[in-house]
Amino acid sequence: MHDMRFAIPRQDLNREAFASSVPDFNRKSEIMKTDTGYKCRITNIISLTDQEMLFQLRIADPRERSIFRFKPGQFLMLELPGYGDVPISISSSNSNHEFIELCIRNAGHVTSALFRTEPGMHVAIRGPFGSSFPMDEMAGHHVLLIAGGLGIAPLRAPLFWINEHRDRFREVHLLYGAREPSQLLFSYQFEEWKAISHIQLHTIVEQAGPEWKGETGMITRLFDNVSIEAQNTYAIVCGPPVMFKFVCSHLDRLGIPMNRMFVSLERRMHCGMGKCCRCMVGSTFTCIDGPVFDYWSVMNLKEAI
Amino acid sequence: MIYRVISKPEFRSFIDALVQANSSFGPRRVDTAANGDPVYQFMPVGSADDIEFDYTTTASSAKHFFLPFSEELSRFCFHERDWEQKISYEAQPVVLIGLRACDISALNILDDVLLKGNYPSPYYLAKRKNTFVIGMDHLPLPGCFCKSLAHHTVSTGFNLFCSDIGEKYYLSINSSKAFNYLKDFQTEEPSYEDNCLLTERRKLISRSFQTEVDVTSLPSILDIEFDSPVWEKWGTKCLNCGTCAMVCPSCYCYSVEERFDIDLKGASRNRKLYSCNLVDFAVVAGGHNFRPKNGDRLKYRYYHQHRGFAENGNQQICVGCNRCGRACLAGINPRDVINDLRMEKDSCMICVSQSPGRT
Repeated sequence: MHDMRFAIPRQDLNREAFASSVPDFNRKSEIMKTDTGYKCRITNIISLTDQEMLFQLRIADPRERSIFRFKPGQFLMLELPGYGDVPISISSSNSNHEFIELCIRNAGHVTSALFRTEPGMHVAIRGPFGSSFPMDEMAGHHVLLIAGGLGIAPLRAPLFWINEHRDRFREVHLLYGAREPSQLLFSYQFEEWKAISHIQLHTIVEQAGPEWKGETGMITRLFDNVSIEAQNTYAIVCGPPVMFKFVCSHLDRLGIPMNRMFVSLERRMHCGMGKCCRCMVGSTFTCIDGPVFDYWSVMNLKEAI
Repeated sequence: MIYRVISKPEFRSFIDALVQANSSFGPRRVDTAANGDPVYQFMPVGSADDIEFDYTTTASSAKHFFLPFSEELSRFCFHERDWEQKISYEAQPVVLIGLRACDISALNILDDVLLKGNYPSPYYLAKRKNTFVIGMDHLPLPGCFCKSLAHHTVSTGFNLFCSDIGEKYYLSINSSKAFNYLKDFQTEEPSYEDNCLLTERRKLISRSFQTEVDVTSLPSILDIEFDSPVWEKWGTKCLNCGTCAMVCPSCYCYSVEERFDIDLKGASRNRKLYSCNLVDFAVVAGGHNFRPKNGDRLKYRYYHQHRGFAENGNQQICVGCNRCGRACLAGINPRDVINDLRMEKDSCMICVSQSPGRT
């Protein structure tokens, strides 16, 4: 017969008492759900183009809804049970506590399944994760927002912030480039941004038919139309990786200080918590230290852009 | 820490008592390598006789008891148009016998990485809390370089550590649990002779290292040599198989996959250990690969191993066990790669031939 005196007692992490005996463990996971997702109902799906859709989500549990708060620039992990989870930047206003909007491109395994969902279905979100744009620090300055293609999605949160606190900022320019006129996202909001929020909007497309009246070419051409006071300007750049190099070096030549240029990087992610190491850039986690970096940090990161 | 000495037969009966009451794992000989060396692995053991106490080192590390190759993180149950998520941090008590000092150091590093910061991993914690670790010292193999990284001795992270001092084991007792179990066995306070024997043993171990790798200021060297031809040289040899990460005691990168049950009534979310050398490690949706070349991925692994990430205070996570060097099918050994980076004359061919300015 085994001598049970030598049996090691089992410590059960599912038991409240033991979990809370671990310092900082229970409290943080309460606020920042790491493994359990918030269950969300898809309340609306808006088709923006044939490749991009805007998903509107509402956290099902009222208590969880009151906990979930984020800052412009942060992202969340959107989980479709059975398919997987993907990092998606939040593109709604952070003062909208009722609904979360996510602009998603049909690009992979999970997102293609997401495109087959219907309003009323349930998905899960974890987060919010990552760093945010320093909106308070930007107050009192000119702001240059530069978006390429889907890069407008993470920029929408700071845009909402600026709209809601317009008096804190001086001139605000939005430079937005896309491949074709039909791929300009949120074009239904352009007039609202221009007229109500006094944002100077400049759009450009790479290729266009004769019906397009605006500019054509690369996004850097738009800088000719914008006169900025470089020393008092903050810039936010979002877009495909190839765009960062051209735009940021152009901004650098214009004289915007490197620590006032912000970029939002994208990488493959599996956890969002700095554990899986898939999103590593050089020796920095995109999920914890990013996705928002100032250009100085990005310059110092190997293989970042 | 409390120190005791125990005779070897008495120690075996202590192990027997532990093994019979708990699910236990210890080093056992499982195979013979091509060069005739025995291959050991941590396997389930039924009594002290199953355990090879004087084994060299195991081919795989002990991390798989804490980070299994595949682990279910959560489970979804579907009903109607809705689902429910279930999470359980289950772990059964396990006794691990015969871990080497470098293995325990690797666990300490994993503790730093996975249990600190804003998001401690409950899955790892549950397993770590339920594991009873018995360490044993050993004479290094020819390729071991843990002394260079100061991981040939260990002072935390185990319940009990045994040093072989001839007729007896010198025990370092690091937990009340271990102390209580030992109460039923005959142990003695270490005498002056025992202490001398322990010091001699430690000196012998320290003297026996045949491989030394200079790791001073390696983080800075890695930064400076980011575009070095060394990565190209070793990258062309690398087969992208990921063996090094699987045997490494401190590699923890993973991927998360979800899969429907075959009856479509549920789905499971699984964590699988991954390797940064696998081709699709940094592929994003849309197909762009941020590290397309072999050399890029190999470099990234050395960055992680020897430069460390912000999360673990930029400490090196390599413990110098040389498992990756022994297991690599292409013969890539960290010692050679680091020596190349440091432009050691005897090993570095590239810097002599391509850049005459470098010596």
